[in-house]
Amino acid sequence: MVIKHKMIFKTESPWSDANQVMLKLDTGSWRTERPVLDKEKCNYCGLCALYCPPQCMKDMSDHYEVNLAFCKGCGICAKECPKQAYTMKPEGEFTHEG
Amino acid sequence: MKAKKGKVSVMTGNVVAANAARLCRPEVVACYPITPQSEVAESLSGFVADGQLDAEIVEVEGENSAMNVCRAASMAGARVFTATSSYGLVYMYDTVLETAGFRAPVVMVNVNRETPGIHAVSSGQQDMISTRDSGWVQIIVENNQEIVDQIIMSYRLAEDFDIQLPVMMNYDGYYLSYLAEAVEMPDQADVDAFLAPLKKQPQRPRIIPGASTGCGTHGMEMGYVEARYKHWVALERAKKKVDDIDKEFGEYFGRSYGGQIEEYRMNDADIAIVASGSAAGTAKTVVDAKRAEGIKVGLVKIRLFRPFPEERLIQALKGKKAIGVIDRSICFGWKYGPMCVELKAIAPSIGSVPILSYIDGLANLDITIPHIGRVVDEVNAAAKGKAYQDVTWIPME
Repeated sequence: MVIKHKMIFKTESPWSDANQVMLKLDTGSWRTERPVLDKEKCNYCGLCALYCPPQCMKDMSDHYEVNLAFCKGCGICAKECPKQAYTMKPEGEFTHEG
Repeated sequence: MKAKKGKVSVMTGNVVAANAARLCRPEVVACYPITPQSEVAESLSGFVADGQLDAEIVEVEGENSAMNVCRAASMAGARVFTATSSYGLVYMYDTVLETAGFRAPVVMVNVNRETPGIHAVSSGQQDMISTRDSGWVQIIVENNQEIVDQIIMSYRLAEDFDIQLPVMMNYDGYYLSYLAEAVEMPDQADVDAFLAPLKKQPQRPRIIPGASTGCGTHGMEMGYVEARYKHWVALERAKKKVDDIDKEFGEYFGRSYGGQIEEYRMNDADIAIVASGSAAGTAKTVVDAKRAEGIKVGLVKIRLFRPFPEERLIQALKGKKAIGVIDRSICFGWKYGPMCVELKAIAPSIGSVPILSYIDGLANLDITIPHIGRVVDEVNAAAKGKAYQDVTWIPME
């Protein structure tokens, strides 16, 4: 058998670097709705960041910002937020640029 | 250089396994007790409590967690050990698959027992057989001495930089787990010396806190195909490695088991019996008796079941006039026993000779000397052109 495939993993086992583009999943494209934060209600408790399945909350020192490249729109942050600071809004309300 | 003669004492297979694991100095042990393996878990906890083993014992709430702990610790670079059986192996099945896919060199003892389906607390190889496609190396041993020696050899195999695969070391529940035999336990310094080459090889990748590296989580498209391909190649490579390690072990400790398969009186044999586990010991007695009667029979003991020792088996069985395969488990959906099915896959390279399948020893029913004697007689008759039955469930007749 002639192997034409150029190996992706440098190691024998499937170890990879999460910073390499091919190893990222475009989970942001799965989203049908997105969390929108009301900064007035947010008390920076961090529960949204703890519960976020793809861990895409960025710490902004006084609140958390959703990284929309990875947010799948699952709504767990909105469900768990004790202050109801997040509202899930349909993607149709936004332009491609966000 | 030769190893010193070790201390000989009478021990059950389980205590032997725990002692062998202790000698290999695992750093993390997560082991959930289950009949007929419990003594292994108990003994290992005892060793740590007594200061005989410097390992982190993680007390888990079940086998699924045990394997997850072992895989994670292994990926962080630790040497790990666990043991299970039957329902325990089934309960950790998802993570058994992941451990193989992540190429974590976990060494696990599986004490063979029947599996769920019909509740059975009895010996049988169904547990191991039902995980054969998981990508683990699977080895089956015959007696308590082989348990010690093969556990030590398993670390050499699993942690070899060219292999990096988990190894499942199987021995018969009840027959070996609870049976006490005289066993020579190697000296700690000699086991250290035998495992020392592992320290000289390149370091395998490991989890580093804070680093953005991960393992086994990016199996998309060609990433998946590539990982599977490398895994497949590594398993093929493992075959010769098993032979090499066995040879090196033999030179150092003075005990050798033939590597992938053990051939017993096969050189001038006309017919062959294929068996594994403790039944292979009984089969050797039968081979001797039948030889005395003038039947030129030999035994092939399958030690390595995954990867399947295709080349070695062809070499050993080529030219034989008939073969009888004794299985201690069932291959549902196939007429023949699992090992017989596998042997049939290489039949074109052996020659078109009768291959007779026997199912025996399920649920702790003994594979007795008369049973194997009957197999030899029927295989011998088939070799002479007499009509034969494809499959025989010995206890049902």
